[in-house]
Amino acid sequence: MSKLKLFLPVIIFFVLAIFMWRGLYQDSRTLPSVLIDRPLPEFQLRSLELGDQLLSTADLPDEPFILNIWGSYCLPCLQENPIFMAAKDQQIIPIIGLNYKDRDESARNWLEINGNPFELNIIDDSGRYGIDLGVYGAPETFLVDANGVIRFKHIGVINYQIWEDEIMPAIAAVRAGGDS
Amino acid sequence: MIPELGNFALILAFCLSIILAVIPMAGAARGNLLWISLARPLTAGVFVFLSISLLILGYSFVSDDFSVQFVANHSNTMLPIYYKITAVWGGHEGSFLFWTWMLGGWMLAVSIFSKAMPDEFVARVLSIMGMLSVGYILFMLATSNPFDRVLPLSPEDGADLNAALQDFAFIIHPPSLYMGYVGFSVVFAFAIAALISGRLDAAWARWCRPWANAAWAILTLGLALGSWWAYYELGWGGWWAWDPVENPPMITWLLGAAMIHSLAATEKRGVFKSWTVLLAIMAFASSLLGTFITRSGLLTSVHAFATDPTRGVYILGFLALIIGGSLVLYAIRAPSLKSEFGFGSFSREVFLLANNLILVVASAAILLGTLYPMVYQAMTGGELISVGPPYFNAIFIPLMAILAVFMAIGPISRWKKTSPEHLRSQLTKVAMAAIGLGIVIPVLLTLDVPLGTIATTVLSFWIIFAMFKDIRSKIANKPTIAAGLRSLPVSYWGMTLAHFGFVMTMAGACLSSIYSIERSVLLQSGQSADLGAYNFRFEGTRPVQGPNFIADEATIVVSRGGEFYKNLYPQKRLYTSSGTPTSHMGIDGRFLRDLFTTLGDQRENGGWSMTVYVKPFVRWIWIGTIFIAFGGILAATDKRYRQFKVKQAQKMAITTPAHAQSSAPVSLSTGLDAGGSGA
Amino acid sequence: MKLFERMLGLSLVCVLLYLAFPVNSHAQVDVYDFETVEQEQRFRQLSNEFRCPMCQNANLSSSPGGVAADLRREIYRMIIEGQTDTQIEEFMLSRYGDFVLYRPRLTTQTILLWFGPILFLLAGIWIGWNVIRNSASRKSPTRNGDGSVTVANNSHAVADVVISAEERKRLNRLLAENDLPTNANDMTGR
Repeated sequence: MSKLKLFLPVIIFFVLAIFMWRGLYQDSRTLPSVLIDRPLPEFQLRSLELGDQLLSTADLPDEPFILNIWGSYCLPCLQENPIFMAAKDQQIIPIIGLNYKDRDESARNWLEINGNPFELNIIDDSGRYGIDLGVYGAPETFLVDANGVIRFKHIGVINYQIWEDEIMPAIAAVRAGGDS
Repeated sequence: MIPELGNFALILAFCLSIILAVIPMAGAARGNLLWISLARPLTAGVFVFLSISLLILGYSFVSDDFSVQFVANHSNTMLPIYYKITAVWGGHEGSFLFWTWMLGGWMLAVSIFSKAMPDEFVARVLSIMGMLSVGYILFMLATSNPFDRVLPLSPEDGADLNAALQDFAFIIHPPSLYMGYVGFSVVFAFAIAALISGRLDAAWARWCRPWANAAWAILTLGLALGSWWAYYELGWGGWWAWDPVENPPMITWLLGAAMIHSLAATEKRGVFKSWTVLLAIMAFASSLLGTFITRSGLLTSVHAFATDPTRGVYILGFLALIIGGSLVLYAIRAPSLKSEFGFGSFSREVFLLANNLILVVASAAILLGTLYPMVYQAMTGGELISVGPPYFNAIFIPLMAILAVFMAIGPISRWKKTSPEHLRSQLTKVAMAAIGLGIVIPVLLTLDVPLGTIATTVLSFWIIFAMFKDIRSKIANKPTIAAGLRSLPVSYWGMTLAHFGFVMTMAGACLSSIYSIERSVLLQSGQSADLGAYNFRFEGTRPVQGPNFIADEATIVVSRGGEFYKNLYPQKRLYTSSGTPTSHMGIDGRFLRDLFTTLGDQRENGGWSMTVYVKPFVRWIWIGTIFIAFGGILAATDKRYRQFKVKQAQKMAITTPAHAQSSAPVSLSTGLDAGGSGA
Repeated sequence: MKLFERMLGLSLVCVLLYLAFPVNSHAQVDVYDFETVEQEQRFRQLSNEFRCPMCQNANLSSSPGGVAADLRREIYRMIIEGQTDTQIEEFMLSRYGDFVLYRPRLTTQTILLWFGPILFLLAGIWIGWNVIRNSASRKSPTRNGDGSVTVANNSHAVADVVISAEERKRLNRLLAENDLPTNANDMTGR
C-alpha cells in the first residue's frame, strides 16, 4: 500500500498530461453562444435602406434567415462577401446584415464596391444591440428560424468549407425543424 | 552563409549533448573513470557551440539579415542597436535558443564549481542536464529553428520588434527569468542523480543548497522584473494579473521556496529526504509546464507566442518523458530514502513542514485554477469558464497570511525539539507588541482602517519583531553587539534578509491594493484635477520624435498643497514601422508612494483623456523582492557549502573517531546527520 | 515566459481570430462622471472582474478591444441607473455566458475548483500529522547519562553508534577549529 502511494504523483501527472494533450486540440477562444435556442433580442434600430424609420424584430423575415454582423473596417468580412453573394444569387436563404459599429457612408460605399448580399442592413452604430446578441467582433453569423429563435451561430470568417460543412446543414436542420 | 554556421554550431552542440547524455552516465554506472572524466570537457563543448550559435543569431540581428525568418519577423532597420540585440529573445525561436544557452551556462557553472563533489556524481548530474539539452536542441531543430531562411525572396525590411518589448526592463527581464527557470534544472539533475545513485545524504543536500538558493533567487528577480515591467509599461496600474502564463513561474517560485526550506532540514537533520527530491522534480516540472503553456497556446493568455500544435505536442512528449520518467524513478527509489532521525511535535522540523505544506497547497491551488478551464471544457463538451484574479486572490492571500504566522515561529524554534515554554517565552512579548502596534499605528494615521490593513501591519510586525528577538537572543552571550552580529553565519543573514523582503513585498502588495486611488479625467490645456493630496494640471501636449516612433507628450504639473512639486511627462507613442500605439507612463516613484499618469486620447473637443493614480507603498513590492533575491544569493555564497571535500572515508568518521581525527576537516553535522545514510 | 507579450498577444490573437474592430487604442481611459465615490469604486471593481470576451485574457478595464469599451459603457449606465451588482452580472451572463466571469459561479461543476484548495490543505495536514506521528515513534539520538550520544537507526540494519564523552569533546574541538556549526549547537539551527 505504502509503495503504491509513491506512484500517486506519477499518476496525477499523467492524468494532467492527458488533459493537456486533449487541450491542445480544444478551441478555447471561440465563445459558445448562450443565445442559442433563445428568441432574437428585441431592437429599435435604423437601417441603411429605410432612412430614419426605426425597425424592430417584426420587420425581419418570417422564414429562416441569416443575420450577419459586418463592418466596412472588417477585412475578413470582405472574404466572406462572395459566399453571401452566391447564396443570394441562388436564393438559398435571406441574409440580413447588421452593420456593426460603422459609419453609414462607409457602409454604403463598401456595399457599392463589393456587392450587397443583404436584403436589409440594420444599423448598430453604438454596438449596443451587438452586446444583446453577445457579439464581440465582426464577422459573426447567426441563423434564426421562422419563429425568430436563434438556432446557430458561427464566430469568425465563413469560407466555402465552413459554408458547406456547417452553415448549409444548419439551414437544412432549421427548415426541417420548422416543417414538423 | 553565416546563419548556416549558426545552424551548424547548433547541430554540433546537439551531437555533443547526446554524447554527454550517454557516456558519463554509463561511466558512472560502470565505474569507468575515463568516461566519467569526459563529462566536464563535453559540457564545455556544448556551451561553446551554443554560444557560437547565439552569437551568430545576434550578429544576424545586428547586420539586419532579413533573409533569416526570425530576424525579419522581429527586427527592423530603424530599431536601435540595443533593441536589435535584445530582439534575439523577443520571439519564440530566438528565446528558446537563449533558454537552451542558459542551460548550457548552468551546466558549465556546475562543471566548474563542483570540485567538492565526487566526479562520479558530477558526471551523473551533467549527463542528466545533457539529456535536457538534447531535448531542447532537438525541439529547435525540428520545430522552431531560429536560423530558418526566407530565400530567395527575402524581405527588404523587417516587421519590427513588438513595441511593448522595446523597453529597458525587457532587456533584463527574460534573461533573469530564464536563468532562474533553467536553474531549477540543476537541482532537478541533482535530485535525479541522487535517486539513481541512491546517495542522498547531508553532503548531497549541502551541494544542492547553493544551486537551489541561486536559482530561486534569480527566479525571484525575473518575476519581479516582469511584474515591474507590466506595471510601468502596460499602463493599467496593475502588477500581477494571474494570467495562465504568469502562474507557472509563480508555482515554480513557491515550490522552489518550499524546496530550499526542506533542503535545510534534509541537510541539518537528515529528514524529509524523499520529500525534498519530490519538490525538486515538481519545481522543475512546473518550469517545463510554463514553457509548454507559453509555447503551445494551450491556455488562452495574453502572452502566448504565435502558436503551433506541433510544438505543443513535442514539448508535451518531452514533459511526459522527463517528468513521467523521473516520477516513476522516484516511486521506485523513494523507499530507500528514509529519514534517520525523529523529531518532536514541537520542533523546527514541524514548522518547516507547515511552511512546506502551505507553499505546496498554494502551488496546487494555483495549478488547479490555471488548468481548471481546460479540464472543464473537456468535461462539459465545450463550455468555457474563466478563472481569474478574484479566485486566485481569494485562495492565495489567506494562505500567505498563515505562512506569515509560521515565518516568525520557524527561525526561533529549535531543531529536533523545542519546548512550548521556550516558544512562549520568546514570542509572547513579540505577539503582544505586534498586535498592539499593528492596530495602533494604522488607526493613528488614518481614521477608517480596513481589516486588511490591520492584518497586514500585525503580521509584518510579528515577523520583524520575532526576527529582532531571535538575533538578540543569538548574540546575547557575545561580548559586543558588533562581534555578535559578525558571528552569525552568512546563511542566517540570507534567511533574515529574505524574510524581511517577504514582509516588505507582502506589505507593499496589500497596502497598495487597499490604498491606491485613481481618477480618469478629460482635461483641456490648463485644466487640472485633484486626487488625494495632489493636484494634476494638464499643460498641453507637444510632438516628440523617437528613434522609431512618434509621440504626443503631455506635460502634467503636479502640485501639493498649492506648491509646485514636479512635472510628469506621459506619452502616447506610435511605432512607425508596425503602426502600434502604446502608452508611456509618467511616473514619480518614491519610497512611500508612486504618482502614475497615463495619457489616453485626444477627444473631439481638443481635450485629452488621462488617468492619474496615487499608489502608496507600491514600490515596496519590488524593493522587497530585491531583499528576497539578495538573501537567497547571500545564503548560496555561505562558505560552509563549499569548504569541504567530502570523502568516502567520512562515512566512517563517526564509527571511528580516530579516523576522523586523521582525516580532518570533517563535518560533524554531516557525520551525525548522515550516519547510516547511503548504507 | 511571463508578462512580456501582452500587447503582441492582444493584437495577434485578434488577427488570428479574424475578428475586426473599428477602433484599437492603447491605454484604456474612459472619462465617466459618477455621482458618488462608491459608484466609481463599483465601476472599477466590476470592470476588473469581468473578462473581455473579445481579446484574450484581459479584464474589461485593461482590454483595448472595442467591445470592452462598449461593455464598460453599459456597466457605467447600469450603475448610474441604480442596478445592483447581481443585476449587472446577470446582464453579462445572459449575453456572453460564464466565460466573462473571472470569479466562476459555484455550481456542481465548479465545486472542485472552489473547494479543491481546502481539500489540498486538509490532505496536507493529514499527511503532515502522519509524518510527525511516525517521526515521534522513530528513535532520536539520545544523550546518555554519561554524556555520550547514542545514534539509533531503526530504518537500516546499522549497528548503533556510540560516541563516548571524550570522543565527543575531540570531535567538537576539531569542528571548532574549522569553524563548523555542530549539530547540537547549530548556528542557524537554534
